[in-house]
Amino acid sequence: MTKEMKLIAEWTYEPSDVVKGYTNQTLYVNVGKQEFAAKAVSEEMKLKFTGGRGFDLKLLWDAVNEKTKWNDPENEIVISGGPLCGITQYPGAGKFYAAFISPLTEQTYDSNAGGHFGPLLKVAGFDAIELQGKAEKDVVVVIDGDACKVQIFESIFDDVNAYTITEELHELFSDGSNDDKRYVSVLSAGKAAEFSYWGCINSSFWDIRRKVARLKQAGRGGGGTILRDKKIAAVVVKSHKLSGDMNKAVDIKVLQDRGNKLHREIHDLDAQQCRMRTVGTPHLNEIMNEYHLLPTHNYKFGAHKDIDKIHSNVYEKLFTQGIPDGCWYGCSLACAKAVDNFTIQTGPCKGKVVTVDGPEYETAVALGSNVGVFDPYWTLEGNFYADHYGLDTISLGTGLAFVCECYERGYITKEHTAGLDLNFGQAANLMELIHRMALGKDEFALAVGKGVRQMKKIFSERYGAPYEEMEKFGMEGQGIEVSEYVPKESIAQWGGFFLTLKGPQHDEAWLIFMDRVNKQLPTFEDKAEALHYFPNFRTWFSLVGLCKLPWNDIEPADNATKYRPQDAAKVPEHVQNYVDIFNAVTGRNIDKEELILMAERVYNFQRVFNLRMGKGTRKDHNIPLRALGPVYADEWEARPEYYDNELKSTGVDPAGLSVEEKIAKLQEARLAQWDKLVDAVYKRRGWDRNGIPTVKKLKELGMDLPEVVAVVEKHARPEDQWED
Amino acid sequence: MKWLKVHPDKCVGCGTCMETCSKTWFKENNPALSRIQVTEKGEDNYDLNACNQCGTCIDMCPVGALARDGNGIVRMDEKKCVGCLMCVGFCPTKSFYHAPKRPEPFKCIACGLCAKACPVEALEIVTE
Repeated sequence: MTKEMKLIAEWTYEPSDVVKGYTNQTLYVNVGKQEFAAKAVSEEMKLKFTGGRGFDLKLLWDAVNEKTKWNDPENEIVISGGPLCGITQYPGAGKFYAAFISPLTEQTYDSNAGGHFGPLLKVAGFDAIELQGKAEKDVVVVIDGDACKVQIFESIFDDVNAYTITEELHELFSDGSNDDKRYVSVLSAGKAAEFSYWGCINSSFWDIRRKVARLKQAGRGGGGTILRDKKIAAVVVKSHKLSGDMNKAVDIKVLQDRGNKLHREIHDLDAQQCRMRTVGTPHLNEIMNEYHLLPTHNYKFGAHKDIDKIHSNVYEKLFTQGIPDGCWYGCSLACAKAVDNFTIQTGPCKGKVVTVDGPEYETAVALGSNVGVFDPYWTLEGNFYADHYGLDTISLGTGLAFVCECYERGYITKEHTAGLDLNFGQAANLMELIHRMALGKDEFALAVGKGVRQMKKIFSERYGAPYEEMEKFGMEGQGIEVSEYVPKESIAQWGGFFLTLKGPQHDEAWLIFMDRVNKQLPTFEDKAEALHYFPNFRTWFSLVGLCKLPWNDIEPADNATKYRPQDAAKVPEHVQNYVDIFNAVTGRNIDKEELILMAERVYNFQRVFNLRMGKGTRKDHNIPLRALGPVYADEWEARPEYYDNELKSTGVDPAGLSVEEKIAKLQEARLAQWDKLVDAVYKRRGWDRNGIPTVKKLKELGMDLPEVVAVVEKHARPEDQWED
Repeated sequence: MKWLKVHPDKCVGCGTCMETCSKTWFKENNPALSRIQVTEKGEDNYDLNACNQCGTCIDMCPVGALARDGNGIVRMDEKKCVGCLMCVGFCPTKSFYHAPKRPEPFKCIACGLCAKACPVEALEIVTE
């Protein structure tokens, strides 16, 4: 079949073996100019940027300028695993991180995925790949690590949807046997990514037991949209150099000992802790409901009477049990659950029996309670099509929830939606809308796919919907949709979602329990400290190629009793494991403080990068009112006593006030708290009042690179500096 | 199914089995490289631990490197193994071992050499 794919360009490279976690070279591919290059990785680059997302951002910085838009040819998708990516001994070590200028946020975005692409790219000889330029026709980029060739083929695929093209390419670039297909991994998007800004990057691995391609997603931020804008139908990497010491770690004993210890913890404790091995992240469904944190009807409510229909026990029965469901070798947490033998009910795959990858918690809720649908089979179908069409399930769900509320409030009608009743719970019509998003013909479906921020403008301009009202409940920050936790009950989580580098995703900090339930962050300084530590600690995973879930979705048996609660939340023993395995791979000698510094270097670099792109200041840290508290009477009246007490705690007596007056008073109080939080967090992070990292901070971190300092000096104002 | 049955009550802790095993499979006299482990529990009281071929590890392996052979013995295809050690971590009897000498773990494959070498008949190859 390769003979049928017309070779457009080919480049042969010198293989570079992995040593201490690095190949020490990156790959540059321009699909427009059909140019290729290998770039050397310097020791300084490793020290300052570590790898993964750090390498991505460094390479992206060099590729774009301050005027670059997401669809300019110089925008890149840069993908890197990091020095620990590909180790097999410690669970969760197969992640890659993709960075790009996002169509949704118009600044840097980074998004990660499992699957085998990251490890295979490394053994093929590269620490990162830059994809730049725009092809004229659909192309398939192939990195053949066995032949040491990079090739650009003209695509022969009429159907670019993810499952179709991925399975075909696994077949095409293997010898066709079940075992050989696991040496191939495919990146793809899908048809809807051509029309929507929610395009995700699918990353495959071959499931030898199910004999199907599984898809994991770098879902957020629109990476798949850029992939299709570049007319890249797929990126294939293949290599047979997989082994237990492919990273050539300096001390494999440490990897074996720490890894085996964690396997044992998971073996002994997972069934009592998070049940990741049997239900994966949907174990959270009923827990979130219990604490009023389950996004329901566009985050209006945090719980629903029909929760039992989407309870984790329901998903446990749907997921096939007893299969090693890791998205990379060695992940005994095995949360990559799948539903087999699922018959598709609608759309182009109607009648087909498929394996659905997921849903994870976020998808189960985004395409579930948040749009008012409590039917797991509908969620499964939505999950399948979102992946297949190349759509981020989280933005899709939160975006659809916004559409439902606009419909419920009468801002849009069937006249605008081409005949669809899109009230909450209108399952069939919502599925039809998803299909229309992949066809790219329907004006309304096209508008929806542009995301909540654009929808607010389009609905206002085109349909006369009130913009200011939509601002209150359009759940986006910096242009990206909120992920699936109700933030309005935790001040610290306002920051966890909205004082982030790239908008409200669940990547940086999840502090609701620490703050709200366990009351471990009483002061603004405490919250700010958590909003310094956790975003940086979690950033570190993105530099080295790790998944965060084995950090705290399994805990040592004595974690809760051995440490005070604020420290227990960090899972100190696992932090030490990470320090140890980093040192064991790279031969460096970091400690847990240096680990945070490594992350801070990149975190601050990315903040300045966003500043360079015309964002990255205080005004860009927007927060919708619904993230802070109830906006409309039905939200307050769902928990009247609770909210009356909330109001009392701000010093306002609710007696005699109408619900609307109470809402206004609580909003006023919480906006003042938000301002205090922003000040406290900026100060702790070493940023000025406007959210810009200070030169002093950059110097402390060793990130006072001339081009970085120049951006800060261009934008920083004397009046924004703190007095001390 | 063929497997190595252990009789700890007979064991005298001489270590001959571990020496035989590690020399056979690793060409080195090193108890840490033995697929049978003898642990002293008290005076003249020893624990013997070797794979009983239960097969739990087969379903743990992400690359399908573990399978039963014609005698029911769980064997590893070392070329396929990626050294993830999930088989080790999830072994119900903790009889799957690893060592820094190589990425791939190792376990008893009921070859019987240790049983032959044991001076007190504490080890026995049985087919059940």
